[in-house]
Amino acid sequence: MVFEDIIKTENLVYKKTSFMTDNTLSYCPGCGHGTAHRITMEVLEELGLAENTIGIAPVGCSVLAYDFMNIDMQQAAHGRAPAVATGVKRCWPDKTVFTYQGDGDLAAIGTAETIHACNRGENITIIFINNGIYGMTGGQMAPTTLPGMRSSTSPYGRDVETMGNPLRITELVAQLPGVSFVSRQAVHTPRNVRKAKKAIKTAFELQTQKKGTTFVEIVSNCNSGWKMTPVQSNQWMEENMFPFYPLGDIKVPEK
Amino acid sequence: MAKVKGAIVIDKEACKGCEVCLAACPTNVISMASEVNGKGYNFAYPELKEECTGCANCAIVCPDGVITVYRAKVEA
Repeated sequence: MVFEDIIKTENLVYKKTSFMTDNTLSYCPGCGHGTAHRITMEVLEELGLAENTIGIAPVGCSVLAYDFMNIDMQQAAHGRAPAVATGVKRCWPDKTVFTYQGDGDLAAIGTAETIHACNRGENITIIFINNGIYGMTGGQMAPTTLPGMRSSTSPYGRDVETMGNPLRITELVAQLPGVSFVSRQAVHTPRNVRKAKKAIKTAFELQTQKKGTTFVEIVSNCNSGWKMTPVQSNQWMEENMFPFYPLGDIKVPEK
Repeated sequence: MAKVKGAIVIDKEACKGCEVCLAACPTNVISMASEVNGKGYNFAYPELKEECTGCANCAIVCPDGVITVYRAKVEA
C-alpha cells in the first residue's frame, strides 16, 4: 500500500479538533500558544464539556483566543480574567469556566486577581502560559524573566540587584488552601504535550467535582521575543527555563 | 506479518515553517521545502514517505495544527 492510499477517512488517526476554528493563528511560527490552545480544546472535547464551557480570554498575545477557540468566550480587561471568571462561574455554577492567561497578564498586572481568586477557592481552571517575557508588546522584561536573561528593557540581562527577582507565582498559588491542583508543564515535545494534556484534563475533572481552583502553568517559548529560531528557543527553554521552573505536579488533591 | 504504515497531510498554505515537527519525527520523514507558500514561509512536507509510521508526534506538536495523520495495517 502506498502513502497516498493510506490517506482515507477510515485510517484517520489525528486531525485538528473542530473546537479550534479555521482562522489562522496570530502567533509567530513555533509559538507554544497554538499547541496550548489546541490541547485545551482537545481535553474539553474528550471530556464532553466543550459545549458547556465558557473561556475567558486575557490581554497579551493570546488576546484573540476567542477567535481561535470555537467555544463560548469572554474577553477580560488586562489581568482581570480570574475576576471575570469568578463572576461567570457564580452566575452559571454548572458551566465549566477557565481562564487562559500569559505571564504578563497573570503574574504582573493581574497578580491580585489571581491570588485572591485562588485564595477564595473559586471553582475555575486557570491555564497560565509562562514565556518569561512580554511577547506582544516587544519582548520587555516581565516578572517571570530569568536572572541574567536579556529582554528589550534589560538589554544587559536581568540584574537581580536593581530589577528584582523572578516571580514563581505557581509555587505561590500552590500554598493557598483554596487551590486543589497545581501543575507545571511544557508543550515543545510530543512527550511534554501528552503530559500537559493529562494535567489539563485533571484540572477540568476536578473543576467538575467542585474541588476549588485548579491551576496549570505551561512553560513556553517566545522565539521572537528571545530573538531565536523556534527550535533554538525550545532548546534554550530546556536549558534555562526548566531549571528555574521545574516541570511536574506541584499540588495534587489528597485521596 | 502485518506492518503499520502511516501517512501525513500537511496543509502547506497554513504551515508557518517553524520546523518543530522535524525534531518531533522519530523517523525523519519531514523536510522543509525549498519553495515558499503564499505567506512566504518554507513549508514542511513529507519527504521520506515510506518511513512514516503514523505516530502523530508531528501533529501533536504542530503549533498551528496543520498536520493530519492517517495509519493503516499493511500486509508485508
